Amino acid sequence: MNKVNKDNFKQIKYKYGFVTDIESEKIPKGLNEDVVKLISKKKEEPEWMLEWRLKAFERLQHMNPPKWVKAKFDDIDFQDLYYYASPKNFKEKPKSLDEVDPKLLETYEKLGIPLKEQKVLAGVAVDAVFDSVSVATTFKDKLDEIGVIFCPISEAIKKYPELVKKYLGSVIPITDHYYATLNSAVFSDGSFVYIPKGVRCPMELSTYFRINASETGQFERTLIIADEDSYVSYLEGCTAPMRDENQLHAANVELIALKNAEIKYSTVQNWYPGDENGVGGIYNFVTKRGLCKGDNSKISWTQVETGSAITWKYPSCILKGDNSRGEFYSVAITNNFQQADTGTKMIHLGKNTKSRIISKGISAGKSSNTYRGLVNFHRKAKNAKNFTQCDSLLVGDKCSAHTIPLTENSSNDSSIEHEATTSKISDDQLFYVMQRGMTAEDAQGLIVNGFCKEVLQKLPMEFAVEAQKLVNISLEGSIG
Amino acid sequence: MLDIKNLNVSVEDKQILRDLSLKVGSGEVHAIMGPNGSGKSTIAHTLAGNPNYEIISGDVNFNEKDLLEMDPSERSLSGLFLAFQYPIELPGVTNASYLKQIVNVHRKHRGENPIEAGDFLKLLKEKSSILNIPMDMHSRFVNAGFSGGEKKKNEVLQLDLLNPNLVIMDETDSGLDVDALKSTSEAVNQLRSSNRSFIIITHYLRLLEYIEPDFVHVFQDGSIVESGDKSLANRIDKEGYA
Repeated sequence: MNKVNKDNFKQIKYKYGFVTDIESEKIPKGLNEDVVKLISKKKEEPEWMLEWRLKAFERLQHMNPPKWVKAKFDDIDFQDLYYYASPKNFKEKPKSLDEVDPKLLETYEKLGIPLKEQKVLAGVAVDAVFDSVSVATTFKDKLDEIGVIFCPISEAIKKYPELVKKYLGSVIPITDHYYATLNSAVFSDGSFVYIPKGVRCPMELSTYFRINASETGQFERTLIIADEDSYVSYLEGCTAPMRDENQLHAANVELIALKNAEIKYSTVQNWYPGDENGVGGIYNFVTKRGLCKGDNSKISWTQVETGSAITWKYPSCILKGDNSRGEFYSVAITNNFQQADTGTKMIHLGKNTKSRIISKGISAGKSSNTYRGLVNFHRKAKNAKNFTQCDSLLVGDKCSAHTIPLTENSSNDSSIEHEATTSKISDDQLFYVMQRGMTAEDAQGLIVNGFCKEVLQKLPMEFAVEAQKLVNISLEGSIG
Repeated sequence: MLDIKNLNVSVEDKQILRDLSLKVGSGEVHAIMGPNGSGKSTIAHTLAGNPNYEIISGDVNFNEKDLLEMDPSERSLSGLFLAFQYPIELPGVTNASYLKQIVNVHRKHRGENPIEAGDFLKLLKEKSSILNIPMDMHSRFVNAGFSGGEKKKNEVLQLDLLNPNLVIMDETDSGLDVDALKSTSEAVNQLRSSNRSFIIITHYLRLLEYIEPDFVHVFQDGSIVESGDKSLANRIDKEGYA
């Protein structure tokens, strides 16, 4: 080591880049009414669900993909994608883990998500989604006992139609925007959570999304409902094989918190980011929105975004109930040619609503990292308050960071505080810490973790340490 | 233990050190004095391995090893410590966690287990009290918003925690008021031992009144122009460098 921090790039070690050798069954490429019908049929859905999908599909015909993202990419040919893929002969979700294809179990084992009961993470129930289907859910019986529903959404559509009908699309309507509407038409699988009144869910609920099949989009749909006086903490993780094509991941996540309920939603996003030349990687175009429907409800988003070629998402809160609270804690890391345009929207409708936004963007390599946020105070949002802090950290001098905070205020007694900083890991800092005995990479890790500690601490304990490691791995090779 | 031979160093293509030679034996305290802007700090940063300082030619032998072949962290782990003239701020990193991590890096290098949290706290309390450092300073971010005196004390604290055998102090006295200078010097004096050598770089005599050097060198135009004992420092103080 003679020079530190001189834009010397090497291959990022993406340890989840393997492909599971399992035959997959895909429906024909293309996006049309027949494909929508076929997906619905594969899922053995009731008629009302198909109608809902078709309505979304009809709507989609009058929409165009939005273009305003601060990221460069070629137009996606939506007719050249597979919209459904599942492991072959996967007719119905196995009743027990003994019936799950060992190759799938092995895949999740390799990803650090053991599904076998004797090995599962204590205190974490996992739903494993492989391409378009859920392959296993752990701790189901234990959750059943206290009335918590945690199952694939395809199962919920059949078993709990009243809940699904009532809430699906209530936060992200089928008319929302192109990718969200596309998801409504062709969504495959995802998780459904219902926490009954007064129940504090005793374990973390977690979904692990894996894209395996090539040329396939993943369109998961997650719906979480926390009934009055309930609490749930939910975590999602995502990985994909290394491929030189770009794969689309367009998920919709809807959260509904009723009176006095609290939902904590954490994401550790580690989709394949593409290689050091910017080839391949996932387009992560996701719509996440939470509705604080009841008074005193609370929704908290925490995200650690390290993967994907392009990340384009704004986990948002609609603060409808009086005294409701929304939080957004984010660490977004971009390296090499990754592009991220992420942030949040806090829509204050109710009285005394409060929101807090802490965003930490780290850019390295030749990447671009944008925070984009909207804080909106409706005129009825008396005494609403927002605090926003956006910090950017640059590693090297070929990357860029952008901060685009928007405020719309129609309430006359609300308050907004905004703080923003941009800093750079300097050669001086690295030299100082190395003079105390640390390697260049550890020195960088120390500084970066210090920078985003405030957010990482918000993750469930079981995952905070992993996330810290992930942060360091994502920046590997960004100093020479 | 340290042998610098004909060292030529440039910074941003400007040559600063010219044929610098210096031998430091075990347990010796050497003071290097020189006018402001003469490049005294270049000696410190070159020995510590700052990549912005380019070696043109010369050799440096440190404990029978080629110092110039080592990267900054290897030099640290081999026992070289630089107390910075301008300690660097690390926003977001709390001082306690930073200090614990650097202690553990050195323990690991020696094949020891990481220090227990309780033991570290005890150690930190003990070492901090010698320097009159209040414990709440350790919950602040490293050097961020520290006063000049706090920064310098934090440097000496790190020196004390890492047990180096060669200490380079780069203008540690600058920015210190008389009381801080006194307590810092006392701490340094306690750290003097037969197997720990010091190179003290300073502009003024006053530090050397507290920390008595075995050798004094006058540094000018990139090289040592005169060497002597402590009386040389007194003469320079009276007559100036010219």
